[in-house]
Amino acid sequence: MTTSIDRPPEPQTSGPRPHAPLLRHRGLVRLTHWLHAVFLAGMIGSGLQIYTAYAHIGYHGDTFGVPNPFDGTRMALPRQVLLGGWLAGGLRWHFVLAWPFVLTGLAYVLFLAFSGEWRALLFRPRDVPGAVQMGRYYLRVRRDHPPQGKHNALQKSAYSFVLVLAVVSVLSGFALAKPIQLSWLTALFGGYEWARYWHFVAVWAFTAFIVVHVIAVLASDPASLRAIITGRYRGRHTAGG
Amino acid sequence: MGESRRIIARRDFLRVAVPALPAALVACGWNGGKQLQPLFNRIIAANNRLGEGLQAVTHRTADPRQVDRGQMPAYFISDTMPMLVDPSGWRLRVGGLVRQPTSFTLPMLAQLPHIGYTVTHHCVEGWSVVKAWNGVPFTTIAALVEPLPAARYVRFDSFDSDYMNGWDIASAMHPQTILADAFEGRPLAPMHGAPLRLYSPIKLGYKLTKYLTTVTFTAEKPGGYWEDQGYPWFGGL
Repeated sequence: MTTSIDRPPEPQTSGPRPHAPLLRHRGLVRLTHWLHAVFLAGMIGSGLQIYTAYAHIGYHGDTFGVPNPFDGTRMALPRQVLLGGWLAGGLRWHFVLAWPFVLTGLAYVLFLAFSGEWRALLFRPRDVPGAVQMGRYYLRVRRDHPPQGKHNALQKSAYSFVLVLAVVSVLSGFALAKPIQLSWLTALFGGYEWARYWHFVAVWAFTAFIVVHVIAVLASDPASLRAIITGRYRGRHTAGG
Repeated sequence: MGESRRIIARRDFLRVAVPALPAALVACGWNGGKQLQPLFNRIIAANNRLGEGLQAVTHRTADPRQVDRGQMPAYFISDTMPMLVDPSGWRLRVGGLVRQPTSFTLPMLAQLPHIGYTVTHHCVEGWSVVKAWNGVPFTTIAALVEPLPAARYVRFDSFDSDYMNGWDIASAMHPQTILADAFEGRPLAPMHGAPLRLYSPIKLGYKLTKYLTTVTFTAEKPGGYWEDQGYPWFGGL
């Protein structure tokens, strides 16, 4: 079952089946993907709820001089994206969902490490030429789709980026929750106010990833949506690698 | 035909239902409902225990000499700022599970040894300031009243409407927990909790009861004005 993920199906003798689906995502990947979709939505909604209690970055009464289009004096966040109703409700959701969010992430990362699937997912220096070619394709400089394995180089960069983002979010979250007991961690982010800023920037990076991810799936390879639900992939990117 | 229709229907359902799940979760003030609340309460209680455990292990203190930053806002629950008409009539009553219940007057407290520090104040709302505080270490008061071994919590009451809350005794006995009577080098002003307030850099602002009247050592865990409305009970940093 392991090898069938990366390889095209063997020609079958018992009748023509040119589009036999590949097992692309194993159960644990599908489960953690959709759990993360729910938990991350909850973390972002409750996090924004907490943010609205003091919609500024920087010491109280001071300006911090960091770019923030969502500063309270500029743009208020719509109520529909907030979770919890008020500060205490937001805090409750945030500190309840944080654990399943982290545990799901750990399960996924351990799976990547031990199954060897990180090879098909992590962006490495040798993926740079492939990323350039995919960029040329998306910008219509290049007409034919570059050959790819399970993921193309730009997908790898996005999925690797979102892993880094998750680590930054979780660590900056701990830095904000325990700035005295984990003062070394808070210091690593440049102090409490900077940790709050990076935690907040991560929200917009996550949001940008989700938007690009969903558009790319629907516009470029809708078969991959079925694959992350059922595990079976019938799309066009079936080459090995 | 029937088989493929069912598969398509299931697929359509998943297409709608799966993206709708997070959307439903983000429905404003939803708290998880009656089914999930007991589970949430258990997780929140575990968070409190984890915070206590982490503090017991790391046992860190805040850097006492930071650079003054920002402006300290004033908060109180009453409609108007709580102020003593006659400060000489004010007493801090320390009692409960102690051998020597004591009433302290302001001159009595002024004569006790003080400590001072300039530390970061963290509000649950997310803002911070760095300000200078001065006061009597809580351990000094505890040594005078001699808590009994059964005392596991400390309850702090105020004359700001019904504002009160409770601490675990380990946090109260932290070397930087003080009963503050001075702020930024001046006697504590009414806007910051005069004549006496609880202060510690290891707790969120709502744990730092102002306008103190009573300190009670107890065996039962006290509630709290904000804690009873959903703020984390431990509130440790």
